[in-house]
Amino acid sequence: MADDATLDPAVHRGLYRTMSLIKQCDDRFRTMLSSGQIFIVYYSPRGQEAISAGVGAHLRPDDSVVTTYRGLHDHLAKGVDLRGLWAEFLGKSTGLCKGKGGPMHITSPSDGLMVTTGIVGAGLPIANGFAMAAQLDGSDAVTVVNFGDGASNIGAFHEAVNLAAIWKLPVVFVCHNNLYAEHTAFEAGTAGGSVAGRASAYGIAGQRVDGNDPVEVYLAAQEAVRRARAGEGPTIVECMTYRFHGHVVGDAMEYQPPDERAAAMAADPVDRYRARLVTDATLTEAELADIDSTIAAEIDDAVEFAQSSPAPDLSELYTDVYAEGVAP
Amino acid sequence: MTATETTRVMMVREAINDALDRALASDDKVVLLGEDIADPGGGVYGITKGLSTKYGLDRVRPTPISEQAIVGAAIGAAVAGYRPVAEIMIMDFFGVCLDQVANHAAKLRYMSGGQTTVPLTIRCSAGAAMSLGAQHSQMLEAWLVHTPGLKVCIPSNSADAKGMLTTCIFDDDPCVFVEQVMGYFNGSECPEGEHRVPIGEAAIRREGDAITLVSYGRQMNDVLTAADQLAADGIDAEVIDLRWLQPLDTATILASVRKTGRLAILHEAVKRGGVGAEIAAVVAEEAFDSLRAPVVRIAGKNTPVPYARELEAAFLPTVGDLVAAARALVS
Repeated sequence: MADDATLDPAVHRGLYRTMSLIKQCDDRFRTMLSSGQIFIVYYSPRGQEAISAGVGAHLRPDDSVVTTYRGLHDHLAKGVDLRGLWAEFLGKSTGLCKGKGGPMHITSPSDGLMVTTGIVGAGLPIANGFAMAAQLDGSDAVTVVNFGDGASNIGAFHEAVNLAAIWKLPVVFVCHNNLYAEHTAFEAGTAGGSVAGRASAYGIAGQRVDGNDPVEVYLAAQEAVRRARAGEGPTIVECMTYRFHGHVVGDAMEYQPPDERAAAMAADPVDRYRARLVTDATLTEAELADIDSTIAAEIDDAVEFAQSSPAPDLSELYTDVYAEGVAP
Repeated sequence: MTATETTRVMMVREAINDALDRALASDDKVVLLGEDIADPGGGVYGITKGLSTKYGLDRVRPTPISEQAIVGAAIGAAVAGYRPVAEIMIMDFFGVCLDQVANHAAKLRYMSGGQTTVPLTIRCSAGAAMSLGAQHSQMLEAWLVHTPGLKVCIPSNSADAKGMLTTCIFDDDPCVFVEQVMGYFNGSECPEGEHRVPIGEAAIRREGDAITLVSYGRQMNDVLTAADQLAADGIDAEVIDLRWLQPLDTATILASVRKTGRLAILHEAVKRGGVGAEIAAVVAEEAFDSLRAPVVRIAGKNTPVPYARELEAAFLPTVGDLVAAARALVS
């Protein structure tokens, strides 16, 4: 475990706030699913909160983030508007993408949340493009691309990491290794036993960290982001974690040993970090409770906003296919 | 067509190079990416020759053989405000990057509710007649036309090659610009200055009232030859060069068919599920009452492209096929 005392209490507060926001949003969304208020296929990031919080803490609005269908934690850590996010999740006209993208395609360029893709591994080549643009601009903006362990076995991963390495692109490749690629265990599908270990094949930095510890992730991301901003090229940060609610919510999870999942959930990264902050006297129970309740109220507001928003007008079917003047 | 003062004879490959050169010179957001595109070779067909020397390797970027990485990087840079021109060396290689093209370039604007757009151009060489066999000879425009969000065009001459490529580069949507290798060395008059061709506008290459002949790309020369032969028989064909396959200029096609009552479509791509099928369907839906004969498609055979010269020639549509079909329709 990383030494918490190395970080300013304000950093801990920010990390905890992001993790609590992710946990509470996900809990609320799954409650709405299980109670039948909404019916969609949902990919929960519960259990992976520390990764997005630790990485996101280093990012500026002009830094770009690319993520995947399991992306709620990354969206929230990048500061995406909560009302717009919830309205998009519920498919409303007031959603970030006017209800046309949904959870799998959340986009918010003003926050630097540039692409959310539903295709495994496809975000990595695109992330290189944002980084190339920053490089051409002469800016020190960085691009973070999030992906699962399963994405490390698709060709796009290798093409993208190779290109980023030869062009020294300012990219941080963040692997959320939750030990399962859909239903297939990590070791059954991934040669070599490590995603970070693949970095050496491309001559770039790679580091595996405890992705359930926000401070470890924070420190690794700090160095990776520094390296990118300094023009020293890309890094693979592999964050070891666990997915609490299967590939999709409702998945029978027969491929996971029940005791393995129970152990992971018993060591819930959010609860564990919260307890640690109290034990170390970094933040008081009252301060943490205040953070939690403030977030709960923000979510109440966002859910109310989303639920009371109108569905998209049917004319929206035909807009935004092309930029201008061309009928679909 | 933009008014221009002077023209000179250029080969299609020169016209493409000229369009890229002017785009790079006029807008520093234009960047090129692709395999082997840098000097001294300037690409396997020399299309980008001289450009990396003139504009530097930051803006004319040779890449590894990584089509997903090429198109992906071009997409990201496009969303970030650049106007990348990615080269996919041969159209068959869309097979290894179609996810980036069809699931990302084509859809990011829609999925984001219009918040992002992808001003990307993808150039590719394409087509048969060089005995390159089944994996280096295909015309795959129907794959692309079937994907909402893309614009697709194939020029038939130097002026259009220059004007359409320039239009693609400065358009805010992802465009695919298809270059038939067998057309690269065709020479014709081309404007020397700035030149653009409006999106979605077909060109009527010859007016007539007996039959409408529709085609695009290098086969336009075949179609015009066929029209000359038909004229010798007293059959006055109207010839339409589509130029853009998406958006498709249905208004020009329908107006012509309403005048002539007969339609033959010729393209190099395989017949089944091709652009010709789409045109035939549009005409059946919109101008059925004007038709005086069945619509005919002359196209590549429904086979892979074979290697042997004799077989490859048998695969391709010919002037003779078109003339015979047109005579049958008019008689």
